[in-house]
Amino acid sequence: MSIPGKKTLQSRRRFLENISRAAGGAALFGIGLGLYSQQSKSLPSEAIRPPGVVNETDFLSACVRCGLCVRDCPYDTLKLSKLGEQVALGTPYFDARDIPCEMCEDIPCVKACPTGALDPELTNIDDARMGLAVLIDQEACIAFQGLRCEVCYNVCPVRDKAISINRLHNNRTGKHALFIPVVHSSDCTGCGKCEHACILEEAAIKVLPVKLAKGELGHHYRLGWEEKQKAGKSLVTPDIEHKYNLPEGVQYDYEGKGLIQPDSGSSTGSQRQPGDSPFNESALDRLNKGRL
Amino acid sequence: MVVKKINKIIGQDAIEKKGWLQAHKWLLLRRFSQLSILFLFLSGPLFGIWIIKGNMSSSLTLDVIPLTDPFVFLQTLFTGYIPELTVVTGAVIVSLFYFIVGGRVYCSWVCPVNIVTDAADWLRRVLKIKTSLSFSRMGRYGLLTVSLVLASITGMLVWELVNPVTMIQRELVFGMGLSWLFIVAIFILDAFISRRAWCSHLCPMGAFYSSLGQFSLIKVNAQNRAACNDCMDCFAVCPEPQVIKSALKGSADSSPVINSGNCTNCGRCIDVCAEDVFTIKHRFVNSNLLTSQHEVHL
Repeated sequence: MSIPGKKTLQSRRRFLENISRAAGGAALFGIGLGLYSQQSKSLPSEAIRPPGVVNETDFLSACVRCGLCVRDCPYDTLKLSKLGEQVALGTPYFDARDIPCEMCEDIPCVKACPTGALDPELTNIDDARMGLAVLIDQEACIAFQGLRCEVCYNVCPVRDKAISINRLHNNRTGKHALFIPVVHSSDCTGCGKCEHACILEEAAIKVLPVKLAKGELGHHYRLGWEEKQKAGKSLVTPDIEHKYNLPEGVQYDYEGKGLIQPDSGSSTGSQRQPGDSPFNESALDRLNKGRL
Repeated sequence: MVVKKINKIIGQDAIEKKGWLQAHKWLLLRRFSQLSILFLFLSGPLFGIWIIKGNMSSSLTLDVIPLTDPFVFLQTLFTGYIPELTVVTGAVIVSLFYFIVGGRVYCSWVCPVNIVTDAADWLRRVLKIKTSLSFSRMGRYGLLTVSLVLASITGMLVWELVNPVTMIQRELVFGMGLSWLFIVAIFILDAFISRRAWCSHLCPMGAFYSSLGQFSLIKVNAQNRAACNDCMDCFAVCPEPQVIKSALKGSADSSPVINSGNCTNCGRCIDVCAEDVFTIKHRFVNSNLLTSQHEVHL
């Protein structure tokens, strides 16, 4: 068996050293980068993604950070995250308090996206769910102080569906109404026009990520009244008919009229005078009636 | 001979023989190419003339032609995402282009980071900075692997969170954040810590384009290697000097084509050579020549 030359051995050793050094360095770096990447998934709540982003992780796998959506946004709403900002580097977002989404009908940002990171199946901007407006500070919102404002309601592009005004009694004055804006998640697109328009120093209504803003009912919950409507009848066992120890001839309608008099006849009320006793017998008869 | 070299700048002989302009021809052409491409991207946001929209990761030229960086595209594929046709088309166009002209033409003729690292190397030569630290040239392939593996593990474009190259390109076009710090960092790394550290040792984009250009059609060719006077200027100026040796100093029947994918086709070896040893040609010239020679021998 021939022994390889010293030179070959040395160069092979150097080559292997070189490779392991490179692989080791890269692996170390990779571990650090992998850990950092988990942190980068957390999007700050004031940063709103453009329309057509379904969830953050899918978006971060698809977006190539080209900025074509930013370029085609006619209102300069969108911007790319720069180094030093909290949003994943180079990805598009907007700050609603600064410039909200104008909800263009042709959705140019989605059309511009070459990768489909902004879902091309979004063709009706009303279906966009960029976030959800939440009237987050009832202490500061002047509507709760009994003042007329309704600016958020009036600027809402899906007014009366996404935001409605709920009239409540003003307990402070005792005679006025409170005009309370109420957001409905079924129609709110998260465009942020309400947050942008809020007249306060710091907006009382804010667009939050849907995940942060929405609660979710346990899946085992069934709302009785809805189920009843679906089935056309009550699904629970009917109430046991209540039995009362009532004077003879007197009935009690549990769900409605209350006591039903035997002698009130067909035209109830007309015979009776105010101040009359509801019982037209003597007290002694009444007492005796039950114990026959 | 070595003693004589120390006091000379690289390409001195070429400048004396061919004139300054001719001895910087390829360098000037490259700077022109890099700056014009940057200008095409900037003319929209600066002057409202929209020729190319987007940035070097992905763009739209004249509202028709999509162009996508194939490395960024590859990372997207590794996350498991199935992209839209537009970005696929863009990546195919760009890949074909670099497959023909040479993968690392991207590095030396397009990427603006090259200006930074060339400047750092120039400063190193002027100040005669010698540092012994050197990264492995395999490091970039390690980082290339890491970037793709992490993309598939996390399902995100992880490398793009820290990629200084796309970061600098993007922020040049979309407004500068703090990425100028990366420009400074790369400059310091290359000038004062390790020679040609970023572009020739660490950058996984460079490694990707090296692989893409392994079999590219346009290559530097030491066709006149018989005239070489061993001045070593080409080795001194080359960002990847290891690629020259076999073409220039190989045995007589070896190919004079610089076949390594790591060659950036920057053409500086052509510039600094007083004897006009190098030229840029398509790769088949000499393999044909070799076969014909071979036939003659038969």
